[in-house]
Amino acid sequence: MKKNIAGTEIDVNEEGYLTDMSQWNEQIAAAIAVEEGIGALVDGHMKVVRYLREQQAKGAALTIRSMGKSGVVTTKELYDLFPGGPLKKSSKIAGIPKPVGCI
Amino acid sequence: MSDDKQPVKKMSIIVSRGSLDGIYPALIMANGARMEGIDASLFFTFFGLNALANKTLDSLKVSTVGNAALNMAMPMLGLPMTMPFPTVMGAIPGVSAFATHLMNKEMEKLDIPPVREFLELISDSGGKIFACKLAMDMFKLKKEDLMDRVDGVLTVGDFYNESAGSGTHILFT
Repeated sequence: MKKNIAGTEIDVNEEGYLTDMSQWNEQIAAAIAVEEGIGALVDGHMKVVRYLREQQAKGAALTIRSMGKSGVVTTKELYDLFPGGPLKKSSKIAGIPKPVGCI
Repeated sequence: MSDDKQPVKKMSIIVSRGSLDGIYPALIMANGARMEGIDASLFFTFFGLNALANKTLDSLKVSTVGNAALNMAMPMLGLPMTMPFPTVMGAIPGVSAFATHLMNKEMEKLDIPPVREFLELISDSGGKIFACKLAMDMFKLKKEDLMDRVDGVLTVGDFYNESAGSGTHILFT
C-alpha cells in the first residue's frame, strides 16, 4: 500500500514499515519518528538508523543483542532513544523491514 | 484497539526451575516483553536461584533425567525428531553435559546470549531481577552470592506488590 510520508508517496506494508528501503530519506525518518512518539531525531538516533540500514543492506539478521554489541549504541541507550520497542521502532524509522526474531 | 483487547503492560515471571532448559524460556519471555515496550520482572525462587548464584549460573545444565521429550533435540545431531531417546539414557554420565553443549551451540547460532549476559541484557533494558527471600534462606544464600544485576531480595508479598497494576500478568515457570 501507499502512504504519504513527508510529502512523498511511499510503499509501506500494513504496519507502516517501508517495503522498499531505497525510498527512504531523512525527512521520511523524521516524520515516522514523530508518528511513533519518538519526537525529534538527534545524532544518537541517526547513528542507530544508519547502522541498521547498513546491516540490512548486508542482509544481516538484527537482534537486540547484536545492537548492544555493535559499538554504535549500548542496550541502555537504545532503550532510552527508542522507548516502547527499541528494535521495532528504530527499524521502522530506518525504513527497513520489521525485525522477525524473538531476541 | 477495541476495549476487549487490553494490552499487556507488564509481565511478572516466576522462575522456579534451575536447569538451563528451565531458565531460558523465562529469560526469552522477559527480554521479548521489554523489546515490545512491556515492563518485565523476573522473580527467581527455589531452584531458579541457580541462575542468579555467581558460582553456578555460568554452568547450568540441560536436564536429561526424566525428560521424555529429548527426542526434540535429535535434529541438532542431524537425526529425525521422531527418534526415541529412552529416558534412562539421560542418566548416563556425560549425556547432560553433551545435551547442554548442543543446546548452547544452537542458542549461540540464534544470537541468544549465555545466562549471565542475558541477565545483563534484561537488566540494561530496564527489566527487574529479584530473588526470593524464603528460597535464599533455605539454600543458605546471601545477596552477595548473587550476580550483581539482582535488584533485590523480596518476600512473596513484596513480589505481589511489585507486580501491582492493571495489565500485569503473572506467569509461573
